[in-house]
Amino acid sequence: MAGRPRLLVPIVCSTAFAGCGGGQSPLSPKSKPAHDISTLWWWMLAVASVVFLGAVFMITIAWLRRKREGLPYLGRRENVANGLVVVFGLLVPVAVLGVVFVIANLVVTKDTDAPAAGSTAMSIHVIGHQWFWEVRYQGTPAVTANEIHIPVRTRVDLAVNTADVIHSFWVPELNRKIDMIPGQTGRILLYADRPGQYRGQCAEFCGVQHAHMAMKVIAEPAATFRGWLANQSRPARAPTTPAQRLGRQTFLTTACSDCHTLRGTAARGVIGPDLTHLMSRSTLAALTIPNRPDELARWILDPQHVKPGNKMPGLKLDAAETRNLVDFLESLK
Amino acid sequence: MATVASPEAARRVQRLERVWRERPGLLGWLTTCDHKRIGILYLFTSLAFFAAGGVEALLVRTQLIRPDNGLLGPEKFDQMMTTHGVTMIFLFVIPISIGAFGNYLVPLMIGSRDMAFPRMNALSYWLFLASGIFIYTGLFLGHGPNAGWFDYVPLGSKQYDPGPNVDFYALGLIFNGVSSTAAAINFIVTIFKLRAPGMSLNRMPLFCYAFLAVSFALIFALPPLNVALGFLELDRRLGFHFFDVAHGGDALMWQHLFWIFGHPEVYIIILPAFGIATSIIPTFTRRKMVAFPLVALAEILVAFIGFGVWVHHMFATGLSSITLVYFAAASLIIVVPSGIQLFAWITTLNTGRPEFKTPLLFICGFIIFFLLGGLSGVMFAAIPFDQQLTDTYFVVAHFHFVIFGAAVFPILGGLYYWFPKVTGRMYHERTGQLSFWLAFTGTALTFFPMHIVGLLGMPRRVYTYPGGMGWSDYNLLESIGAYVLASGLFLIVANLLVSAFRGVRVGPDPWGGATLEWATSSPPPDYNFPVIPKVTSAYAMWDREDREEDARKLTRGDLVLERGHETPASTVLDADWDEILEMPSDSPWPITLAAAAAGVFAFLLLGHWLVAGVFGGLCLAVLAAWHRQEPQLA
Repeated sequence: MAGRPRLLVPIVCSTAFAGCGGGQSPLSPKSKPAHDISTLWWWMLAVASVVFLGAVFMITIAWLRRKREGLPYLGRRENVANGLVVVFGLLVPVAVLGVVFVIANLVVTKDTDAPAAGSTAMSIHVIGHQWFWEVRYQGTPAVTANEIHIPVRTRVDLAVNTADVIHSFWVPELNRKIDMIPGQTGRILLYADRPGQYRGQCAEFCGVQHAHMAMKVIAEPAATFRGWLANQSRPARAPTTPAQRLGRQTFLTTACSDCHTLRGTAARGVIGPDLTHLMSRSTLAALTIPNRPDELARWILDPQHVKPGNKMPGLKLDAAETRNLVDFLESLK
Repeated sequence: MATVASPEAARRVQRLERVWRERPGLLGWLTTCDHKRIGILYLFTSLAFFAAGGVEALLVRTQLIRPDNGLLGPEKFDQMMTTHGVTMIFLFVIPISIGAFGNYLVPLMIGSRDMAFPRMNALSYWLFLASGIFIYTGLFLGHGPNAGWFDYVPLGSKQYDPGPNVDFYALGLIFNGVSSTAAAINFIVTIFKLRAPGMSLNRMPLFCYAFLAVSFALIFALPPLNVALGFLELDRRLGFHFFDVAHGGDALMWQHLFWIFGHPEVYIIILPAFGIATSIIPTFTRRKMVAFPLVALAEILVAFIGFGVWVHHMFATGLSSITLVYFAAASLIIVVPSGIQLFAWITTLNTGRPEFKTPLLFICGFIIFFLLGGLSGVMFAAIPFDQQLTDTYFVVAHFHFVIFGAAVFPILGGLYYWFPKVTGRMYHERTGQLSFWLAFTGTALTFFPMHIVGLLGMPRRVYTYPGGMGWSDYNLLESIGAYVLASGLFLIVANLLVSAFRGVRVGPDPWGGATLEWATSSPPPDYNFPVIPKVTSAYAMWDREDREEDARKLTRGDLVLERGHETPASTVLDADWDEILEMPSDSPWPITLAAAAAGVFAFLLLGHWLVAGVFGGLCLAVLAAWHRQEPQLA
């Protein structure tokens, strides 16, 4: 079995990678609910392996005894054979399944339940859009997208909705998933044991760019988080250089402002993400590309190449206009 | 033609030949009502769709062979992925198992000369063919179904999917459902009423139990799907609001309706496979099935409990925890009848004298894959685990082991097993075994790593994925596996094609099979059996005296029925002789009706309601002509 060790190497590597931040493996839990689910998985895997190997063993026995003499057309000791079926096909499964039921569905499931109303210090509202995540902090004017900051070791009540089709909110290292279904609000607990970045991705097929609808949860110390939230709550910074002023002019007079909001300005579009503090985010287009000036310019000029089918039209801007616009956007710290 | 002992017998057989002779040539195939010919039509058509679905799968796997691949854009990928699912389920697995295997074998196994409603049988086939062409027309026009095979709304609504893609899907599946419903009714009546006198229900082969269970499941599962698809079309075409939350509709209702159909559908897919397994195992272990009554009961129970588990597809939708716990319990309970069957197969293997020829190898592969898929299935009845892993590649691994590994492997084994019956020639055994190992390795290599990428967090239905997530190597492996699997399947087709012309000629019963299809010549004559066989046990072919009695019955003229186009009917439970049924011969009406129905659906799609109505009227006219009793030959 020369293939086996080679197969195992990537498992180890990838779980290790996921542990270093930015991964999204359910097997690298970073909170109690995710941890309990992964423990449940390892136990179920153990039981399933016993059953599987037992059955393969019996088939192997049949193969080894294939040349044995016997009476064709007749079974021997029919009662014993029937008894085996009743014991291993009926009684043992009932017992094992009973245990699985009690542990998984009555015990572990309690840990993954949504938090009881009023039992958490803060709540966040996430709204799914084709194809990004709108994030609102209850009780503040802060609105951001795709990068959800939370204070570490704090229970956060997450309420989810959708603005269009069904999406599913899923950050596997922190908890199970919850669907975002029109007309209803889903709730789930968000909690991280230690600071770090936890990647998540839309888990319900939501159209052509389902594959590029990722996000991350950034858990940080309470003080850092408070500073971040205070900044997010402020309106957009005013431009300070002539180039930025021209860029802002472009933003407000072209299609940009039809779809995007810059709090404190006339731009109040709701189709795309809120850009008030765009530069506080490290990625663009729901984690599709890094948030760098060159990538930002490429995104503005030809978004359909980067993320085909997304709702942003390309803008026909000349080089100077593009430079000024990027300059302005780069100032939205 | 069967061996003939006496001059009287020879005369009777000659008369049967004349009465039952099928029209030759293309016209014969277009108007046939013979269950064997219809079975063969189903076989070739469903295999063609299997090839199409396979090409779609290869395209999907090739797109995913490495991160950020650019072979298929997202729109094409979504169409390939959706059409792959729709094809494999509605145009391949169900038609090949029920249409091809069921049609060809059920009448032979119960000792009948045809299905109960031969013309409706032909209608089922032509409707199936037309519905398949209908769905593929969409794909070839660039408007294939693209919202996933379960087509969740509102993604599948007009607002988010304005093209005709979803209309091809919805109308195509309603169209297809008519075919399946007609087939299911036909099987129920055939199995209940056309069994040879003496074949009481407790002597009926387990294969037929599986088909009986499937047929009932189909009849009850399809209406919710049709209702859902009807609502969807009303929403999309006429501005209704069944699923439109903004106007008081309910998006989640689609999921309920779909999965009330969709979960029984899984058992509809797999039960015929169970039936094939319970045919092959006794033959190659030289022993009767262990725990026959338990297995028969389990087949029925699986189909029944399958209707009470649908919410486990919706554990992440935020339903109340009482609901989730109830459906989780039901989902665990359904494991029990499956466990009984699994252990009955394994115990039969273990206590018999197995001869590992190609068909039995495929059944062993089936048992292993069914275990894998079943064990991962049990895990999805653990609510928190389901909520974590649903909609990831772990699910893709799970259901492919169930509906490819467990449902299709017996079909492949069955192709080999019944090949000599259908063609009168034997396939090439060594090539057969090689094809098994290729298909087995390919399946394991394609689908097993999907468990791991799922556990590493890769969601399903993504047209691409970033590198650096630990998913790339596994995806490469899966894509290679898909090509190995394809080569195995190709080898099966090649083996059977070549053997159909070059294979060694075989007699009626090359395997020493247990059921009645082996009592008649290979291939069977148009009238199936020169005399309706005597049955005194569930393993009719292993009762030598009964088969000798058949030869004497032929000489005496007892249940030969050579005077007309006839087959006997018997009572439902005990199969006592009941009456003689006059069977219709070939007819142009089934194909005409299917063509008229295709007109209805085509013009519904185009939105020409009036023309669709005209075609609807045409359907009624054809039905009226159909019901004018045609003169009998005799």
